[in-house]
Amino acid sequence: MTINEAQDEIIEEFSFFPEWMDKYEYIIQLAKDLPIIDEQYKTDDNIIKGCQSKVWLHPEYKESKIYFTADSDALITKGLVAMVVRVLSGHTPKEIADAEIYFIDKIGLRTHLSPTRSNGLLSMLKQMKLYAVAYQAKSLQS
Amino acid sequence: MLQNDTDTITGIDVEKVRNDFPLLTRKVFGKPLVYFDNAATSQKPSVVLDALEDYYRRYNSNVHRGVHSLSQEATEAYEEARKKIAAYINAKHSHEIIYTRGTTESINLVAAVFAKEFLKEGDSVLISAMEHHSNIVPWQLVCEEKKAKLEVIGINENGELLMDDFDSKLTGKVKIVAVTYVSNSLGTINPVEEIIAKAHAKNIPVLIDAAQAVVHLPIDVQKLDADFVAFSGHKIYGPTGLGILYGKEEWLNKLPPYQGGGEMIKNVTFEKTTYNDLPYKFEAGTPDVAGAIGLGAAIDYINSLGRDNIFKAEDELLEYAMNALTAVKGLRIIGPLDNRVGSISFLLEGFHPFDVGEILDKLGIAVRTGHHCTQPVMDFFNIPGTVRASLSFYNTKEEIDALVKGLERARVILS
Repeated sequence: MTINEAQDEIIEEFSFFPEWMDKYEYIIQLAKDLPIIDEQYKTDDNIIKGCQSKVWLHPEYKESKIYFTADSDALITKGLVAMVVRVLSGHTPKEIADAEIYFIDKIGLRTHLSPTRSNGLLSMLKQMKLYAVAYQAKSLQS
Repeated sequence: MLQNDTDTITGIDVEKVRNDFPLLTRKVFGKPLVYFDNAATSQKPSVVLDALEDYYRRYNSNVHRGVHSLSQEATEAYEEARKKIAAYINAKHSHEIIYTRGTTESINLVAAVFAKEFLKEGDSVLISAMEHHSNIVPWQLVCEEKKAKLEVIGINENGELLMDDFDSKLTGKVKIVAVTYVSNSLGTINPVEEIIAKAHAKNIPVLIDAAQAVVHLPIDVQKLDADFVAFSGHKIYGPTGLGILYGKEEWLNKLPPYQGGGEMIKNVTFEKTTYNDLPYKFEAGTPDVAGAIGLGAAIDYINSLGRDNIFKAEDELLEYAMNALTAVKGLRIIGPLDNRVGSISFLLEGFHPFDVGEILDKLGIAVRTGHHCTQPVMDFFNIPGTVRASLSFYNTKEEIDALVKGLERARVILS
């Protein structure tokens, strides 16, 4: 599944939830299903600090692809993190670096990407892209 | 200087006063808005909105310099507002009222000019552990510059100042004390009269951050004997962008100007500029004329209801809210249970404040979550932040019930 196919799939899933509360209940369910980051990676180095909630993000590079694991101290943030991980994890650095993330906007959660929301989601997306660019540069060197 | 219509406390007809605030009829996510973020900013009554519009439609012009009629009218309204504000806090002179952009600028102004004149290496500035960042960082900046020390009065588990700690830190090295009257994140009312009296016994001036207090408590600067008092207009039903610095005349005269520019000068040559008299010495540039007139209208509005009536309504609502909230399972109040105002910080045990705030928002209930610009307070309690519901006299008991129901709903959804 490409990054965009994964995004479209999430948009499709959310189309079943016209009510805000249903959307949130689904996000919370996703949060609970998120494979939690290995405790050893929940370090200060891996913290992405938002004003309101914290996100931990750990990348692993295997066979030319990046696999992300993540966690958050807030459940709703964690659900959003789960969706972003689902979309971007398991792709090549180039695919991740070039990806345009539109699903958050389409499912009506655009405000979560605003800097004022400060829940760490926007910073996490930036960090994922930075990792991708770094691995890309590394793979070009070798 | 209470300007009650009746001199008696008659209370507030909440349904009637709600009609004065057009925004309160809004819906959010299809639900009637429950606005509990009053400590961040209050909503505005129609009379304030009308005053702003009237100014811009009918007599907008620059103040103090025009000989033409519009400028005269604008200047009169602008200075009349200053008098209303002076009367509201019982300042001795209206020229002790300096217009600023907000509490933050008021504190920055005092910190900058006070440090310039009076702070030296080895001196200290005494603040408290429950200050808003805007009463921490300006002092930190000047202390760094002057190699002075920032001393901090500790707090206890109830979110109250440790007065013993204050006594022991009020040494001869302290050049100024800067404390908040009411904590924005805990709701605590601090014993500022005692603080001022003790500081004055050692000839140390005191700045009071009254950003929260001015809304819920009668402020009488002469009775308090405060040297500086800072607050913002937008928290007492006025427009954003205008703040007040009250300073005792003798102090304001002793301090150098803050910013240079128009308005604050008497005479300018390239060799030497002489500064204007108070309050203009501290008001460089074209001021927020509309903001001042709007705040004047807000004070008229408060006086028309009667300040004591407003406070009584708020006290009743606070009592109702504290009883209702403390009965919620797993709810922990962060801050004192009494001697407080209606900015109620709490946590639902086991749930992140951000999650709780998100769910409440979707139910149309506006609360604040996070550290409320008081990170040291959150560090003290070792919590990531709180949910804060802050009440105003235009809130209702039904809205408190809606909050309690919302919290129960949040618990179900987040579990």
